[in-house]
Amino acid sequence: MSIAMCLIDVASTSAQEEGAAKINQIDVEIGALAGVMIHPLEFCFDVASRGTMAEGAKLNIIPIEGVGECQDCQNEFPVNGLLTPCPKCEGFRIKIIQGKELRVKSIIIES
Amino acid sequence: MCDTCGCGQPEVEVHEHEHERVVDVQQDILSKNNLLAERNRGYFEARGIVALNLVSSPGSGKTTLLERTISDLGKDITFSVVEGDQQSSRDADRIEATGAPVVQVNTGTGCHLDAHMVHHAVEKLNPRENSILMIENVGNLICPALFDLGESHKVLIISVTEGEDKPLKYPTMFSIADICLINKIDLLPYVDFDVDRCKEYAKRANGDLTFFEISAKTREGLTQWNDWIYHRAKKSLR
Repeated sequence: MSIAMCLIDVASTSAQEEGAAKINQIDVEIGALAGVMIHPLEFCFDVASRGTMAEGAKLNIIPIEGVGECQDCQNEFPVNGLLTPCPKCEGFRIKIIQGKELRVKSIIIES
Repeated sequence: MCDTCGCGQPEVEVHEHEHERVVDVQQDILSKNNLLAERNRGYFEARGIVALNLVSSPGSGKTTLLERTISDLGKDITFSVVEGDQQSSRDADRIEATGAPVVQVNTGTGCHLDAHMVHHAVEKLNPRENSILMIENVGNLICPALFDLGESHKVLIISVTEGEDKPLKYPTMFSIADICLINKIDLLPYVDFDVDRCKEYAKRANGDLTFFEISAKTREGLTQWNDWIYHRAKKSLR
């Protein structure tokens, strides 16, 4: 719920700065490794947006795949979870280079 | 599919309607918390305050550990404490009995402390310069991992009754912690917990973790933990 409320806050602040009357859509990038589940976020957004500029807005979630870089052999590979070993050298020293995003990308507003 | 004109269907290109426009935002959802956390961090660093964010599952022994640490080191180091719980002041009452100043933050339906709550608690506490601020977070290994409080170190406490596979189940928190305390080692003869295997799992998430094996109840291992706190406090002196 906190994440949904923060999301609405970011979108609303941006919308207010643009002089909007209403937000029609919020595009949000959620990384696979960000620690946020999409369905609960959608549910919480519906509840948390009531009475705000974001009420009724479409929440468009753009999932971002996880990518890791092995710090031992520099192999880059897809990562679904944090403890995935390198498929090339089986090492666990993996730097996550993509997949932790929790970002409001853009909004569609109505004046 | 757009309710207004049907755009979004395969044959209809997505476009803005006359009354709408797209605004590029490109902002982290947690940016407000992160900014406030950095302000907290700056405040602490400027005053030589070492802030430790204690995170764990409920019942790992955080409060008992705090009681011991404050009573062991209280003559040499000034402590203040922020207690986070859903409800009640029981933990704050226990800390108050040690003589350390404490503020209880009740989060209600919230499951974690955030930078804003810590900011307000610290305003009330007004910790002394060159002191240690202990922030006992709400017992939860998931949400607190997302919310930076501005701490100097994140201290993760697990107990031997929670299973050696804890790091496999909660890798996010292990990956961002600086220190891992393995508590309740006095119970090792009675539980199936392989300390070395647990540490090996934890190092998969974070190879830079520093471990302390302790019993807050019997005080076993506390000397090393207390030494770490003592030297960390001296390092930050202004």
